[in-house]
Amino acid sequence: MAADRNLLKDPHREGRIFAERLVIALVVFTVMLGVIVIRYYHLQIVDHAIYATQSDQNRLQTQPLPPRRGLIRDRAGRLIAENEPSFVLSVVVERTGGLDTILERLKRIVDLTDDDIEAFQKRRPSTRPYAPVPLKFRISEEDRARIAVNSHILPGVEIEAQLIRAYPLADLFAHAVGYVGRINERELQTLPEGPYEGTFHIGKTGIEKYYENVLLGQAGVQTVETDARGRIMRLVEKTPPVPGGDLVLSLDVDLQLAAAQALDGKRGAVVAIDPRDGGVLALYSSPSFDPNDFVNGISYQKYGELRDSPDVPLFNRALQGQYPPGSTVKPAIGLAGLHLGLVTAKTTIADPGWYMMPGDDRRYRDWVLRIRGTGHADRVDLHMAIAESCDVYFYDLARVMTVDRMHDFLKHFNLGSYTGVDTTNERPGVLPSSEWKLKNRGKPWYPGETLSVGIGQGYMLATPLQLALMTSALANRGYAYKPSLVASVDGVPNQPERLQLPEIEPSHWRTVIEGMEAVVHQRSGTAHAMAKGLKYRVASKTGTAQVIGIGQDEEYDEDDIAERHRNHGLFVAFAPIEAPTIAIAVIVENGGGSSAAVPVARAVMDAWLANPGKGAAREGVARSG
Amino acid sequence: MAEYLRRMPLSGETFQSRSTLWSFLKLDPWLFGGLVVLAGFGLTVLNSAVDGSSAAIQRQSIYLLIGFIVMLVAAQIPVYRYARLAPWMYLAGMLSLIAVLVIGVGAKGAQRWLALGGFRFQPSEIMKLAVPLTIAWYLAKRSLPPNPKYVAATLFLMGLPAVFIFLQPDLGTAILVAVSGFFVLFLAGLSWRYIATALTLVLVSLWPLWSFVMKDYQRQRVLTLLNPESDRLGAGWNIIQSKTAIGSGGWSGKGYMQGTQSLLDFLPESNTDFIIAVLAEEYGLHGVLWLVLLYLFICLRGFWISYNASSTYGRLVAASITLTFFVYVFVNMGMVAGILPVVGVPLPLVSAGGTSIVTLLAGFGILMAISQDKRQVN
Repeated sequence: MAADRNLLKDPHREGRIFAERLVIALVVFTVMLGVIVIRYYHLQIVDHAIYATQSDQNRLQTQPLPPRRGLIRDRAGRLIAENEPSFVLSVVVERTGGLDTILERLKRIVDLTDDDIEAFQKRRPSTRPYAPVPLKFRISEEDRARIAVNSHILPGVEIEAQLIRAYPLADLFAHAVGYVGRINERELQTLPEGPYEGTFHIGKTGIEKYYENVLLGQAGVQTVETDARGRIMRLVEKTPPVPGGDLVLSLDVDLQLAAAQALDGKRGAVVAIDPRDGGVLALYSSPSFDPNDFVNGISYQKYGELRDSPDVPLFNRALQGQYPPGSTVKPAIGLAGLHLGLVTAKTTIADPGWYMMPGDDRRYRDWVLRIRGTGHADRVDLHMAIAESCDVYFYDLARVMTVDRMHDFLKHFNLGSYTGVDTTNERPGVLPSSEWKLKNRGKPWYPGETLSVGIGQGYMLATPLQLALMTSALANRGYAYKPSLVASVDGVPNQPERLQLPEIEPSHWRTVIEGMEAVVHQRSGTAHAMAKGLKYRVASKTGTAQVIGIGQDEEYDEDDIAERHRNHGLFVAFAPIEAPTIAIAVIVENGGGSSAAVPVARAVMDAWLANPGKGAAREGVARSG
Repeated sequence: MAEYLRRMPLSGETFQSRSTLWSFLKLDPWLFGGLVVLAGFGLTVLNSAVDGSSAAIQRQSIYLLIGFIVMLVAAQIPVYRYARLAPWMYLAGMLSLIAVLVIGVGAKGAQRWLALGGFRFQPSEIMKLAVPLTIAWYLAKRSLPPNPKYVAATLFLMGLPAVFIFLQPDLGTAILVAVSGFFVLFLAGLSWRYIATALTLVLVSLWPLWSFVMKDYQRQRVLTLLNPESDRLGAGWNIIQSKTAIGSGGWSGKGYMQGTQSLLDFLPESNTDFIIAVLAEEYGLHGVLWLVLLYLFICLRGFWISYNASSTYGRLVAASITLTFFVYVFVNMGMVAGILPVVGVPLPLVSAGGTSIVTLLAGFGILMAISQDKRQVN
């Protein structure tokens, strides 16, 4: 066989074929080489600019530098809202070498819920390779240590520090200051992009929302060179962020605390204003809640509890609660009577304990009738009517005055309209008039309704803030400053807006305020119980607001009525009488009567007036008025 | 060029036995010189790709040293001995390929290595040399151009190892092994009719190959090649980053050790398969052209040696080794530049990696032996 093959072999032909094939191979070879060279020429010369840009985009990252949110302090400089470093657990999926294993291991080390993992998986698609994806927020010191110890079996697991809003006083300022929360889908669409670059939180309610522009600050930016893992190798350029403006409130932690303790979880609200500048000293709605829960998203369970609680803790009673003011409007109506010349300080009326309008046989009852079986006295003057809260006197005065004149006068106290306080969600209340009723109820005004308004009932509604503002106008004898929660922004004081009442005879003021003084300081006064141990003179007025209607001959019996149907207790006061530094309004829902509200006001006023360091006027404001 | 031609060693028949150092070492000085310059250039580029890690450079230097020693040894073996050794080498290679499938070790779902007492080697690398050597041995004995029977036998010889390598799975090496065998057949004068038929068959079988034979990741690579932007962060990442590296190099490059794409780890596999992107980024097109010229020089010298070989066997082996070497270069530079699918083919003598260096230099050792062969086998 071998011989055969050799016989057939033709070395020359083989050589010729080989040479021919080698030439063909060389031609193909040259073409292939040409393709390569052309390709590289194309990439490196023709499209060089495109790829050079792409390469720079790769390595150079523009990172937003979120500003520090402005701090919020009380009038004494105590921190109410601050920024705490918080640790975020994130995972660089590409470096884990098996995400499931790492998650399993992490589960054994830290508390990871299925919700955490689900949220994590949702964040993944929008993250570029080698960038950390957040897995869990607010990692505790202990968890951090445990992760650090186990870092060798947790490749790709990182812990980053972020500044997170914190409210060290928890529920004390929840309604006064509000809270921030994570920027949600809807906000993301409407927010301007630049200022919120790198910021994940935004003011949701209260001062945090109202002063969002001030608190936010200005985002900075830095250009850094990073590697493919996103690690920063070098800083190329940096514009530092401008921190948000700090707010100093006119609120005072001690007064707030006194209000909270005095209300002790009962449903109610306290608003105290410094009449000299309109600064809100205390604004507390009870029960309250912990705003810290809302910062990084509250759990469904916790939110459900708050939302479904019969005490509605999320409801800001101080600003949104619209209550019948009850007898607390009597001083203002009395003043109107004097000012309009309808009565004098000496005018008296007969008080059998009930009132009947001419040509109407309906009996309008005085609240004392049930207790004493008779009226306050045979004849009652304005002083007594205020001190003892005589309804009959005000029924008569209201009838003579008519609702529209009453409306026109009380309007000067800002009742029935927004006070313009510097926070969110304020309600305007209702100051009724015949025009108002026609417009809102479509019916004409009935004279009997005027009588109800005369004692702060009927259609009349006011928020505790409005009552406090009204009281501070009484305290100043003719003017007030519109309430403001924030005293200064970054050291610049807020200039309060002035609320001016028409010119009223000083003697009229004296008459009304003496009546208010008698409420506490006269034995027969409705809040005389407060006089015990009182170190200052206080002018005040009690009030009771009916929650359910009582028929004209029915009796209101506290014991028979369900707790939630009991009357609201109200109390407004200012002190010290001659140079007032605090005007306060308190409501205790279903407190039965004003006796539930009086001790609360006393506690707050004590905290303000009994403390020598307090009560100093805010600089540059009081004197300007 | 004239100088180059004038100083070319004369062909076998008129070769005058001068006791120069080169003939004593049985080395071709031009080829040897080209390889040394290439290895040195490769080390320089690698030094930047590994960001100056001296351990990696030491390892690569040792591989190169071993490679050059293997080359020197291979050059000493007379050509006819390769012809006799080839079938045994082929047999041993096939056995170890079978062994790999049974007891092999590997990574990422592929079994490619055999572990022999702490030393790992890749049997498919042996086949890169054994297949052309064996087919050349088979065909050189026979009358050429080969008749259908011989063609069939040859196809079997190159197809068998290719299938086993494909099963590992390692499509790239399987194709390269088959290609190195095919070159021998082609150079031996395979009829154009067959070539045309084969091409038709390949085109026809593309669809079943795509649908039934190729694995998902292989299909993915082809799809990614066609449109890397479709999967920017996944399979397309490598191609986009390597094209960015190459393109951003421009004409003169970003400077040695200044390539941001490679130093900042955007470029994957920057010290192995994608090392040409490091070179292109740091030295620019002019660096790429120098490398291409270097490869061109080595290939032309290889063709010259094959053209002047004194035996059919030598001719076939020398030309096949040279062409295969060029195919490596072409496939590697093509895939990194995004015109070929990404298959694991290193850039010859530049990419880090021991086995490929040793195999390549062993091949050049055989080329040296052929260049020094004065004997007419037939």
